[in-house]
Amino acid sequence: MSGEPLLEINDLSVVYRTPTGDVRAVDHVNLTLHRGEVVGLAGESGSGKSTLVYGANRLLRPPALITGGSVRYSGRRLVAEHGPAELLQLRADELRRLRWREIAIVFQSAMNALNPVLSVGAQLTDAIYAHLQLGKHDAREKAATLLDLVGIPRSRLRSYPHELSGGMRQRVMIAMALVTDPEVVIMDEPTTALDVVVQRDILTQIVELKEQLGFAVLFITHDLSLLLELADRIAVMYAGQMLESGTAAQIKNEPAHPYTRGLLNSFPSLHGPRRELAGIPGSPPDLRGLPPGCPFMPRCTYAREACKEVDMSLKPVFADISHVTACPFVQPGVSA
Amino acid sequence: MPFKAKVGAVMLGVFLLAAIIGPLVEPYDPGYQNPNPALSLKGPSAAHLLGTTTLGQDCLSQLLTGIRLTLELGLIVGVVATVLAVIVGVTSAFLGGVWDELLQLLSNVFLVIPALPLLVILLGYLSGRGQTPTILVLSGLGWAWGARVIRAQTLAIRNRDFIAAARETGEKTWRILLFELVPNEVSLIAASFVNAVLYAIGASVALAFLGLTDLNSWSLGTMLYWAESQQALQLGAWWWFVPPGLAVALMGTALVLVNTGIDEIGNPRLRDASSASRIAGHRIMPTAPTPVLALVGTERGRLGEFLHSFSRSSVLEDK
Repeated sequence: MSGEPLLEINDLSVVYRTPTGDVRAVDHVNLTLHRGEVVGLAGESGSGKSTLVYGANRLLRPPALITGGSVRYSGRRLVAEHGPAELLQLRADELRRLRWREIAIVFQSAMNALNPVLSVGAQLTDAIYAHLQLGKHDAREKAATLLDLVGIPRSRLRSYPHELSGGMRQRVMIAMALVTDPEVVIMDEPTTALDVVVQRDILTQIVELKEQLGFAVLFITHDLSLLLELADRIAVMYAGQMLESGTAAQIKNEPAHPYTRGLLNSFPSLHGPRRELAGIPGSPPDLRGLPPGCPFMPRCTYAREACKEVDMSLKPVFADISHVTACPFVQPGVSA
Repeated sequence: MPFKAKVGAVMLGVFLLAAIIGPLVEPYDPGYQNPNPALSLKGPSAAHLLGTTTLGQDCLSQLLTGIRLTLELGLIVGVVATVLAVIVGVTSAFLGGVWDELLQLLSNVFLVIPALPLLVILLGYLSGRGQTPTILVLSGLGWAWGARVIRAQTLAIRNRDFIAAARETGEKTWRILLFELVPNEVSLIAASFVNAVLYAIGASVALAFLGLTDLNSWSLGTMLYWAESQQALQLGAWWWFVPPGLAVALMGTALVLVNTGIDEIGNPRLRDASSASRIAGHRIMPTAPTPVLALVGTERGRLGEFLHSFSRSSVLEDK
């Protein structure tokens, strides 16, 4: 990928301030997203992937607190008008104009994100009225076009959420995210609640829409197998820290960090030899007062004394700077 | 607990204390009429801290007994009406069908009955002594609104998954109602109790003021009735009608203030939310963007900026 990154998260730290101390949910994390790219963010529950993305968009509510870093957004429309925006310094009203118009979100649970007492059409046009100067007829037409795009007949504009199936509701959410023609679409586990058949359907559609409309996708999921197919680049998070990042092929073929390997070993491969599935024993650490060194060490099969003082900054695997890992000890292809 | 609720609780505590120990420490029998004409309608003095009535009765003693009786009436009516409201509301929503229709019909009837005229008529017939008739009539009429609200909430909770889960694990219906469902409505029930107490105090004082209750029991309303009928206002005997009036007003205020804090007592999520919304000493609104530590407190709206320009710290700031 070339040129200026679209979204550049730099050294971002987010804590949850509790009476018993700060929970460091995101700890000095970098992430970049280029135009038209799909970046996957993987990690188990509580690894900070959602906190990272929502924090960068400043959607978290107190006790969440951003303690440092920068989030630079350089969308085309914005750069043409007044140059890139620093999301962490915008006021509430400036953020409001930016959200959805530039960075839209497909929320995890379509059942909760759709208002049960408003028709689908009304909810789609709400987003249009909020950001685009369109008349009633045009707004309705745009909403209908988007429903067509995600594969729902436009007659469904008048339906209420409870009249749609789970898959259709999720499609409506995707249509809603695309309705203002944003440059970045954040997808927060959009298919987690759906069965695999519908899941596949929707993912194919997302890829098609992306080709057609040219937005970039930041895809949050705990399902690494999904990302291997869908994403251009994958970042793996654990305990609020970025452990490894690389292209999908690099992550799949030469995973460097033991945690990535653990994730890859915890689902079966359809092709290739049968093998014993290995999960990762143990559970994620308490993020209050995490000791220095590698947070994955207690669960790591490659753990050694030096892990206690290891510097968690990302270093290139081989000489390739597109593939970086936080583990200096384990090389791809080497087993313990 | 929010500040307002604390103030309310303290005020209510003072009234409760007065109600409990008042009759023990009051200097005279509230009904005792001093035959000495020199002590008729006298202002506050050492012997009579709140002065006397035209009949030479001690106002302070009347006030203390009045607080006792009025608060007693309010609390009893509150408990009875709330219990009725919970029973009717929860069973109505949980049983559904014909029972729901019947109980709803009943509470709707009680809701549309014009309360004050009915109270006037009923109390005219129930000529029993003391406060009992008033308590009965007020509790009988005060439950319907609470029942409606609690029914609506129960309907909403009834279909939630944790109720289905409790039923699936084989819990008995009464257990589900009492231990799974009702705790979810604690704040609602408490609020409806406070409202019932408020209504009972207001209505009983109004009824007594109109002379419709037993005028030999010294409630705050009765005291106001006698003050009014003996022209205390025209005679300028403020010590006769201001203290009971103020007591009623303050009791009402205290109950309203307590009501504001009840939500947080019943709902642990609200409790966390209000304490968590303070970051680095600054209040963050729930709809505001995630605060950035370096910027907390530096952002001000136009009005905030204007007001801040008058403060001392604005002079010290680097521009």
